[in-house]
Amino acid sequence: MSEFYLPEGLPAPSSAPDGLAEPYWEGTREGKLRIQKCRGCHAWQWGPEWICHRCHSFDLAWEEVADNGRIYSYQRPHHPVHKALTGRGPYIAVLVELPDAGNVRMIGNLIGDAQQKVTIGAKVTAVFEHHDNATPPYTLVHWKVAD
Amino acid sequence: MVERTLRGRTAIAGIGETTYYKHGQSPDSEFKLALQAIVKACEDAGISPHDIDGFASYGNDRSEAGRLAAALGIKELRFSNMFWGGGGGGVCGAVGNAAAAVATGMADCVVAFRSLAQGQYARYGRGTGAPLVAGDDSFIIPYGVMSPAQRFAMKVTRFMHDHGIRQEALRAISLACYHHAQNNPNAVMRGRPLTEAAYDSSRWIIEPYFHLYDCCQENDGAAAVIVVPAERAKDTKHKPSYLLACGQGCDHRSAAPVHNMPNYPSSHFRQIAPRLYEMAKLKPSDIGNVQCYENFTGGVLMSLVEHGLVAAEQANEVLVKENLLAPNGRMPLNTSGGNLAECYMHGLELVIEAVRQIRGVAINQAPRNDTSIIIGGPMVTPVSSIILGSEAAL
Repeated sequence: MSEFYLPEGLPAPSSAPDGLAEPYWEGTREGKLRIQKCRGCHAWQWGPEWICHRCHSFDLAWEEVADNGRIYSYQRPHHPVHKALTGRGPYIAVLVELPDAGNVRMIGNLIGDAQQKVTIGAKVTAVFEHHDNATPPYTLVHWKVAD
Repeated sequence: MVERTLRGRTAIAGIGETTYYKHGQSPDSEFKLALQAIVKACEDAGISPHDIDGFASYGNDRSEAGRLAAALGIKELRFSNMFWGGGGGGVCGAVGNAAAAVATGMADCVVAFRSLAQGQYARYGRGTGAPLVAGDDSFIIPYGVMSPAQRFAMKVTRFMHDHGIRQEALRAISLACYHHAQNNPNAVMRGRPLTEAAYDSSRWIIEPYFHLYDCCQENDGAAAVIVVPAERAKDTKHKPSYLLACGQGCDHRSAAPVHNMPNYPSSHFRQIAPRLYEMAKLKPSDIGNVQCYENFTGGVLMSLVEHGLVAAEQANEVLVKENLLAPNGRMPLNTSGGNLAECYMHGLELVIEAVRQIRGVAINQAPRNDTSIIIGGPMVTPVSSIILGSEAAL
């Protein structure tokens, strides 16, 4: 079994060409979750943007946040939409709210049995999946149901 | 002060569509399909193609206005317009943009059209082949979330969860579309009726709410409508279908990255629909028949709710097949078969069907045909919807 949740060969994330999301992807390499927070009005913002949607400040910080969340929604795709997924069978993607970061949402896979029952509202913690041999290396952020 | 409105200022005077094909089966190129649909719409209106003076489209249509104008030998191009956004979110916006150009005197005869041969270009149901993805995609695609169905599935999951709506409500939408297609000679799914059992046993595209039959087809074809000033429409061959209102755009931050729109379980019409009815001077109960874009049945459900046509709390009771059929249902829906069963012509086939309803010549004619609502591309950003009406509705 692969060490990764989904088979290799799927597109890898890149912060090119504008570098906007680079602090996030650098953080994931160190096992840290960094989310944008406005230095002007303290609004949380995700995904990254150049400007704060609330106060229009361009002065946005990257705040490290706790790696726990709550399942807001989910899906279990069956149909393979990419050649790397052919034969993989169903898998689970979750939309996770981060209560410690203004309930911004992130998408990841839910680690474990692909047939597990998924409960909206369930508490989850982040799992950092390091792709060290990729060029360039990168890290995905998955989730697992909290104990 | 003159009232700022599109209500009654313009009308659809002509409609044209090609044969609709399963993807990859059109013998004609995409651009030729566009030309065929436009020429047919002109014939239907009794207008020479030389007299077209504008084009409006959406979904990054590849048939460019300049090439169309040259190919058709039009005398002067006065309006060329592309509605932002992929998919069919812009279908009604394109008609509205054509109407806005005509109503304000920028042009006199504008074609709103869509040409799409998925067999000749990329298919929508297949993800990217690129090795790297950036921007919003970088937070989504590496997790195996890349097709349109996958991008929208979690909105539907949450909406069904919040309101306790059952799969059967989505099934009724699909059954109604397939039912209507059986009478339509140009429907790709004619001769392939759908039963409850076949729906229930069809394979999952995505659990928990996307069976195969909840998803649109992929097709080849083209469709076009001709928008002219209201006074001129009276002199054309058919009963005019007046544009009573157009709403387009999306709700507050609907396109927020990585699924962070504040109103997540939404088709993005919550702010648009009230403005639409206000311009039309109509209420949801005034609508005679509904043509609602089915990328996926869950999008139809949320669109009907956001347009006030069904209350979320009553969706399980109201969304049953009998209620959605012409002629006897309380809310005839997608009376030509729609994207699911007629053709995925990015919703322009729904606009054409609404015109046939208003003319009273639809194959599955609704008894109440003074008004039709057309809802485009739910869940994408931006989206659009229009209301058409007969002279009686003015």
